[in-house]
Amino acid sequence: MSGNDILAVEHLSMRFGGIVAVNDLSFTAQRNRITALIGPNGAGKTTVFNCITGFYKPTEGSIRLTREDGGFRQLERLNDFRISKLAKVARTFQNIRLFPGMTALENLMVAQHNVLMRASGFTLLGLLGLPTWRAAERDAIERARSWLDRIGLLDRADDAAGNLPYGDQRRLEIARAMCTEPALLCLDEPAAGLNARESAALNELLLAIRDDYDTSILLIEHDMSVVMEISDHIVVLDYGVKIADGAPRAIRDDPKVIAAYLGTGDGEEIVAEGVS
Amino acid sequence: MDYFAQQLINGLVLGSIYGLIAIGYTMVYGIVGMINFAHGDIFMIGGFIALITFLILVSMGLTAVPLILLVVLLVSMAVTAVYGWAVELIAYRPLRQSFRLAPMLSAIGMSFVLSNFSQVTQGAQVKPIPPLITGGHTLHESAGFAVRLSNVQIVVVVTTVVLLAIFTWLVSRTRLGRDMRACEQDQTMAALLGVDVNRTISMTFVIGAALAAVAGIMYLLYYGLVDFYMGFVAGIKAFTAAVLGGIGSLPGAMLGGLAIGLIETFWSAYFSIEYKDVAAFSILIVVLIFMPTGLLGRPEVEKV
Repeated sequence: MSGNDILAVEHLSMRFGGIVAVNDLSFTAQRNRITALIGPNGAGKTTVFNCITGFYKPTEGSIRLTREDGGFRQLERLNDFRISKLAKVARTFQNIRLFPGMTALENLMVAQHNVLMRASGFTLLGLLGLPTWRAAERDAIERARSWLDRIGLLDRADDAAGNLPYGDQRRLEIARAMCTEPALLCLDEPAAGLNARESAALNELLLAIRDDYDTSILLIEHDMSVVMEISDHIVVLDYGVKIADGAPRAIRDDPKVIAAYLGTGDGEEIVAEGVS
Repeated sequence: MDYFAQQLINGLVLGSIYGLIAIGYTMVYGIVGMINFAHGDIFMIGGFIALITFLILVSMGLTAVPLILLVVLLVSMAVTAVYGWAVELIAYRPLRQSFRLAPMLSAIGMSFVLSNFSQVTQGAQVKPIPPLITGGHTLHESAGFAVRLSNVQIVVVVTTVVLLAIFTWLVSRTRLGRDMRACEQDQTMAALLGVDVNRTISMTFVIGAALAAVAGIMYLLYYGLVDFYMGFVAGIKAFTAAVLGGIGSLPGAMLGGLAIGLIETFWSAYFSIEYKDVAAFSILIVVLIFMPTGLLGRPEVEKV
């Protein structure tokens, strides 16, 4: 257990009645690295995300998020808005969950709630229109616009998010998560439904987030071109159990992983065609 | 023509009051998807708080009408907002995860609680106050009929317009407004971005109640009386206004309020005053048959 882990999941189990979705799972994600969580459908990946982001209360186990200064939060004890506020964990969803009726810019503004909340003196000062609040509001708009610029949506800032093309919505959702200034960003299949060009752009965006924003990424993904190219570390789940854990190259050649995906051991084919 | 103009003025004033109450219904529906049937009684509470504040100020020897109005406005809005907040906290929040009808039944119960509370503490009789704002302007006079615009009517309409402007700014331009709209669309996602959903919902009730308090004060000024039962009929009318305008839509609530006010006034003026409520509700039914989402409502989109 190195000192540079941002997330340490230990003996995590999640049971729904008699169904065991995740069974005694332990893994770690390193700070400023991209960790991918892969596995066949129904392996329990999204359940792990739901435990991390407070949707589910794990049946057993601990999920510890360590801050840069060494302080930590037990995520299984937090829920609701506290995950973002106290632990600085952000996530996106398999099916996009933008606020469709709000503009792209407003979507990014809502995500800066925590900062603005402090600046507005918890609403009261904000109503009085104090200068500090105005400055904070301006900064927030500035940050939102720089993100829109980064994802190439600056000219659509005032369009309703629901009217943007699918690929743009995906990128906007990631930008929105980043506007919460997360320490850990959890992405649930960010490349789903993207074409080859878009998914290459996504790779670039994720690498930039890792390198420029001091954010660690935990990624669920089926698109192996994304996973193999950008992951620093891969954890493989099957039937709620971890079957492999290591660097992309090691995972690619791991017979257990190949068996989990194909049932038989023809590994070359997976690598050549990608599993999606 | 003069008679028509006069009724138009009266209708707009009445409609302003309905609109202010209707906003509370539509806001709460937008954010938690329930009809807050106690909202009409919050309006009544606002009227009573205004009356009590007024009596206290007068007994303290205050006579300057603008000052009295300002203090009454602020005190009534603040105290009524606390009522709105408490109603949500006590009667709705514990039931939010329950089946859909539960908070609505709780709301009906809360409505009785509030009106009976007023009846017990304030008595059952109608409470009049002397007219605070007197005088007016004759706009046009011919053949013995004068179109009059009284000062109190001006106050009601101007106050409504100013409040609506502030309120629209709040919802469209401030952090709180953005949070409210975000919670309206996806509470789970809003929470994941750090928005305290419970707090935002509380603020919605607070703002709705404050607007209802203003409506209560306007009612008190305009009709010169309050009673413990006035919240029921006004509440039903405002609810109708919100549905007519398209529930969930803020401009719709105001438009619906004005429409109900005008329909009622014109019906009373040209047909029979006894059937004014029948007219208002009939129009509601007709509109809903042809435009099920109301005048400005968006088509219902199934939330996932």
